[in-house]
Amino acid sequence: MEKFTSHTGVAVPLKRSNVDTDQIIPAVYLKRVTRTGFEDGLFAAWRSDPSFVLNRPEYASASVLVAGPDFGTGSSREHAVWALQNYGFKVVISPRFADIFRGNAGKAGLLAAQVDEKVVQKIWDHLEDHPGATVTVDLETRTVKAGEGVDAIEDSFDIDDYTRWRLLEGLDDIGITLGHEDAISSYESTRPSWKPVTLH
Amino acid sequence: MGKTLAQKVWDEHVVRSAEGEPDLLFIDLHLIHEVTSPQAFDGLRLAGRTVRRPDLTLATEDHNVPTIDWDKPIADPVSATQVETLRKNAAEFGVRLHPLGDLDQGIVHVVGPQLGLTQPGMTIVCGDSHTSTHGAFGAIAFGIGTSEVEHVLATQTLPQAKPKTMAVTVNGSLPAGVTAKDLILYLIAQTGTGGGQGYIVEYRGQAIEELSMEGRMTVCNMSIEWGAKAGLIAPDQTTFDYIEGKPEAPTGADWDAAVAHWRTLVTDADASFDKEIVIDAADVTPFVTWGTNPGQGVPLGGNVPTPADFEEEQDRVAAEKALEYMGLEAGTPMRDIKVDTVFVGSCTNGRIEDLRLAASILQGHQVAEGTRLLVVPGSVRVRNQAIEEGLDKIFTAAGAEWRGAGCSMCLGMNPDQLAPQERSASTSNRNFEGRQGKGGRTHLVSVPVAAATAVRGTLSSPADLEA
Repeated sequence: MEKFTSHTGVAVPLKRSNVDTDQIIPAVYLKRVTRTGFEDGLFAAWRSDPSFVLNRPEYASASVLVAGPDFGTGSSREHAVWALQNYGFKVVISPRFADIFRGNAGKAGLLAAQVDEKVVQKIWDHLEDHPGATVTVDLETRTVKAGEGVDAIEDSFDIDDYTRWRLLEGLDDIGITLGHEDAISSYESTRPSWKPVTLH
Repeated sequence: MGKTLAQKVWDEHVVRSAEGEPDLLFIDLHLIHEVTSPQAFDGLRLAGRTVRRPDLTLATEDHNVPTIDWDKPIADPVSATQVETLRKNAAEFGVRLHPLGDLDQGIVHVVGPQLGLTQPGMTIVCGDSHTSTHGAFGAIAFGIGTSEVEHVLATQTLPQAKPKTMAVTVNGSLPAGVTAKDLILYLIAQTGTGGGQGYIVEYRGQAIEELSMEGRMTVCNMSIEWGAKAGLIAPDQTTFDYIEGKPEAPTGADWDAAVAHWRTLVTDADASFDKEIVIDAADVTPFVTWGTNPGQGVPLGGNVPTPADFEEEQDRVAAEKALEYMGLEAGTPMRDIKVDTVFVGSCTNGRIEDLRLAASILQGHQVAEGTRLLVVPGSVRVRNQAIEEGLDKIFTAAGAEWRGAGCSMCLGMNPDQLAPQERSASTSNRNFEGRQGKGGRTHLVSVPVAAATAVRGTLSSPADLEA
């Protein structure tokens, strides 16, 4: 996984709450057996509407998504994270993420930055006044910044320490866990015999 | 101080614990299906890794599979490739697979319990958010993403931050004709889709104890729809009776040892939860959704809400968008809503008890003209059991389509889909925009409401059939 320290990019206001995983990528787009190529399914139903925010030219190179609360509810499909990444997003900002989505984002290297709802509203206002403006998300200092001068917005965001560390270091979870092989083997040796198995 | 059920099960599975790091949990059972596993197996191959415990892993085909002509090749080439990829991976890595056509094929969350692989006190994961279903047995069970699937395949463990615990206590008995599905829809309407976020929820109280295992699975299944990490119910005699004699259940001395341990899996009297919700079962009535998330529900006897009546702006905006998508006018009585297609099935309501209930209501009735009823068993074994009991004849006599096992119309990934603007009453778990097919409009309902709706063509309860 690539290291993530800080990112500055064009930010898109997605002024909706409860953006569920079926909106991020409908099931019909989940049939690939690769981790790439899912950008065609990203927000597929909404993108068929020419007035949808992502279809506006000023957001063509967007890499930061600023969404309402309860982003990523629903299915466990990591394809939702891949679709956002395949499209070009590096960061999603929301006042609240669904657990599985946030976990998947952390594993795949998409930064899910939990930002206070009032601050999200300020960023939305700023982006509406300045379409195509950038937002900076700094993982080292856990800050999100937008705008300049007197109107500048700067606030902190929440991310758990462990995920932050893994993203900063670009670490692969499986490698870390395999380093504890002794602990796993020792645990396995204590499991009761009546626990079920699938192979006999 | 005592421990909650969730804390007990969690603590029994900690392989490694360190300050500032998530606990490393051992996983007792890893369920796999065709959609969220191919990239995980690819990752293993790329890194030269193997499946650490194929004997704790089980695969089925469910999301993509057709529910008619299942003995023929899958028509959609992309779906066929995904299913074929699972078969190749299962063979290469030595994983037990129940493919289309097998007696034990079906929806992964129906198959685990019916094989007796789902048992109290286990940790169970699957690349599917409705893994919470297995919590009905007193297991910690939750959905994971594909990177985590790969992690479990390689290590049989998962690093997990310890969630908070919540109790949902349902006092008293559910009124006659009110089901587990109504209870969970009622609860989600109170909490919203994010209310359970960060918690493992224990459902308890008289109404929960009185539920069958099928009903308990329906409740736990929809834990994810209010954002909970997992939902579970303390095992009791109902649980033990359900498991005993299942193909993979312990036998003899192992059974006695297992039950002795399972009996300890209850929340201690002096344990405390981080949060508690108390519900009076008498308040629950047949419940249906009007909007595009599972929290947007009202009693069947109620009306489509008026967006302006919501206090929070965010809820107002969400309601306006939902009504527009659903093609509904505020104030319309829910019972006046005409439905095109009724779907009985899914990991929420596709078990034998659900089919029995649907058949008991449909017997002697006909599906309304202009309405279609799909009855889709959750597994081949459920299908065979239904046939043995003659339920299939009741369904076909009523004019329903009696299908093969699979996820079917729950998620618009296989041929069973709604057309744009087509309206369904569905016993499944999600009413998201486009969930059952692009532009499709979903009302989540219980099995009795689904069956009665099929007969009348408008959202109805069985009581309406008497009138």
